[in-house]
Amino acid sequence: MVLKSTEARSPAIFDEMLTTDHAARRPYEAVAEWLATQTRGSIKKKQEEADAIFRRLGITFAVYGEGGSNERLIPFDLIPRVLSAKEWRSLERGIEQRVRALNAFLYDIYHRQDIVRAGRIPAEMINQNEAFLPEMIGFDPPRNVYAHIIGTDIVRTGENEFFVLEDNLRTPSGVSYMMENREAMMHLFPELFSAHRVRPVEHYPELLRQTLESVAPANCKSDPTIAVLTPGIYNSAYFEHSFLADQMGVELVQGSDLFIQDGALYMRTTKGKDRVDVIYRRVDDAYLDPLSFDPHSMLGVPGLFDLYRAGGVTIVNAPGTGIADDKAIYAYVPDIIEFYTGEKPILKNVPTYRCSLDSERSYVLDHLSELVVKEVHGSGGYGMLIGPAATKRELAEFRKRIEARPGNYIAQPTLALSTCPAATAAGFAPRHVDLRPFVLLGDKIRLTPGGLTRVALKKGSLVVNSSQGGGTKDTWVLED
Amino acid sequence: MLGRTASNLFWLSRYIERAENIARLTEVGYRISMTPDTGSGHREDWKSTLIAAGCLDSFMKRHQTITAEKVQNFLLFDPENPSSVRCCLETARNNGRAVRTGLTREMWEALNSTWIEFAGIKPGTLDSGKLPDFLDWIRQRSNMFRGALLGTLLRDEGYFFAQLGAFVERADNTARILDVKYYVLLPSHEMIGGGLDVYQWETILRSVSAHRSYRHVYKDSYKPWNVAEFLILRPEMPRSLRFSYDWIERSLNGLKSINPAGEQARRQCAVVLADLQNNSMDTIFQNGLHEFLSQFMQRNNQISASVASEYYFQ
Repeated sequence: MVLKSTEARSPAIFDEMLTTDHAARRPYEAVAEWLATQTRGSIKKKQEEADAIFRRLGITFAVYGEGGSNERLIPFDLIPRVLSAKEWRSLERGIEQRVRALNAFLYDIYHRQDIVRAGRIPAEMINQNEAFLPEMIGFDPPRNVYAHIIGTDIVRTGENEFFVLEDNLRTPSGVSYMMENREAMMHLFPELFSAHRVRPVEHYPELLRQTLESVAPANCKSDPTIAVLTPGIYNSAYFEHSFLADQMGVELVQGSDLFIQDGALYMRTTKGKDRVDVIYRRVDDAYLDPLSFDPHSMLGVPGLFDLYRAGGVTIVNAPGTGIADDKAIYAYVPDIIEFYTGEKPILKNVPTYRCSLDSERSYVLDHLSELVVKEVHGSGGYGMLIGPAATKRELAEFRKRIEARPGNYIAQPTLALSTCPAATAAGFAPRHVDLRPFVLLGDKIRLTPGGLTRVALKKGSLVVNSSQGGGTKDTWVLED
Repeated sequence: MLGRTASNLFWLSRYIERAENIARLTEVGYRISMTPDTGSGHREDWKSTLIAAGCLDSFMKRHQTITAEKVQNFLLFDPENPSSVRCCLETARNNGRAVRTGLTREMWEALNSTWIEFAGIKPGTLDSGKLPDFLDWIRQRSNMFRGALLGTLLRDEGYFFAQLGAFVERADNTARILDVKYYVLLPSHEMIGGGLDVYQWETILRSVSAHRSYRHVYKDSYKPWNVAEFLILRPEMPRSLRFSYDWIERSLNGLKSINPAGEQARRQCAVVLADLQNNSMDTIFQNGLHEFLSQFMQRNNQISASVASEYYFQ
């Protein structure tokens, strides 16, 4: 079966649906057949229906720099992204290995720092890292888990070529889109789901709840009370915060709803107060507690960090996990995996040049137009240079920045990211995608099949971030 | 339930009720301006509308003269007027966003889609021919929200706070409408009963959508005594003070079965309700209708304040 695409394809880029002979790959066979029966008009109609669903549900995000209340829809692409059972099994093993190793790393660097003693990571990479939180030294979080909710960003370049682009161990977002995308797809295309055996994702909130309950403080005798802490309605991910609280059946709180009294955390309720045992916070470390961190923060709770250290409440994810997803540490993750698991990494890292090292920096500066340069602490696609797409002026500008603050930058080769067909105004066309599976770690690892696929909807663009014009797709993991 | 959530539910329900009432008041004002001049000029009628909406002072701070267009714009679209329909719908929607977990999906969709549609309307494009449809639409959206609330919300604390907000607002609104025109309802007027008075009585009834149900209940032409009784004492009239207080009492008792707080609010409510149950229009007129209404509005505010403090609103 041959499927027409409206744009010419580069043979160097792996398309997940079509082979170079325009035949559908195995996992996509039924999707391709279905696509062939669709017209531009029918897709457009469904697209409008999908937009209406999302807007009505209030699934919007705010764009920074445009005023806090500016709400937009993240574009949703109708064509699902499909992974076979076999592909997923190998990803699953790789992700689990990575997540366990990163947690072991966090425990170690906040305790004996064996990995530094063994000479596998330079001491200054840890102790002088802005993301390292000395306040966490010597503290044992429940079950020794630091990062309970992790989003692992994965890109693909070939049939069996998967790379981890970055780890997100602070407050990864996007899981609500994973669930609502599925909800919308089942509503729009029920016939597709009867033709496939797609593994479900809707139990994620239940898994999250179990994970949070499993890390309640030791002194919590009854069923733990969980609350989701949000910065408020103007936060870009507010929809997700309320969605998750609602789906778990727990309270969504703001800092002003919480107070500490007699060694316990309470929320202000209509009956006076209610004890809280586990806080799933979607507030950054710096704003958690004005007494321990940023004194100007209005988003946190005074005394929360001391209470946490005294075992009166569990903060999820733990403060100080950012060091493990720091882009400078990223280059060491393969070593970290080997050091703590004694195994070879199952998932590959993207080769990374650290501009802090003289030899690597000179390579970067010589090959700037071929590389992607990222700020060590940046996120969301801001402050990044894509060499092949940059103008001469942008290249010169970045060269200066790197020379001025080399430690602030890393560089990676531009990967030929895989594409999936997306619905565009002119018809179907290949667009680059990535994948963020969501991992939960508590008493055990819980991994929801699939994750969030982000797609760069601009032709040729490699940036999938929603703040930069990216969209999302429903992600299917097929049963055997 | 979080105190903040309770407060948000109370207020979002109040704001939706207010949006509906403002739309109704605007509609009455619009009707009056369509009828032949009554001598005192329409300006007085629009002034009454502003008083009934509780925003004459804030209007006069921004405008020197009262014109139909200015009043309509102020009541419907002005972002600086916290009681404008625009502000009511936006605040209700933001409150709803802040308590998404306390709303059902249907309630949220009603709030959200109403705000999105409203925000898409440019005030200038609403010529007076389209105004009645638009005001109807606002009332329909309020009904849609209330329908979603009644049909889908769990009968727990949140439901009772939402009901309290709606009926405290409704009672305030009806009392205000009566107070603006109390002098045309005084028994002395009945003797006169000129065409102008009949028309004023009808206006009052229209402001609470009661001009037709009046006839069903009284089977008689408009009489000021009856109009006042209908809106104050009759338990079957869904916008009367009595009806509102039956529901406020019911909501407070519903809360009591879940949460022992709220003693003061219940005590205050019992006083008001006893007054409405045991009083006759005779006594009310004897003691002064205006005095009665002023005291009622004051007590109504006190109950609202007691609820806020006893249930830890933030």
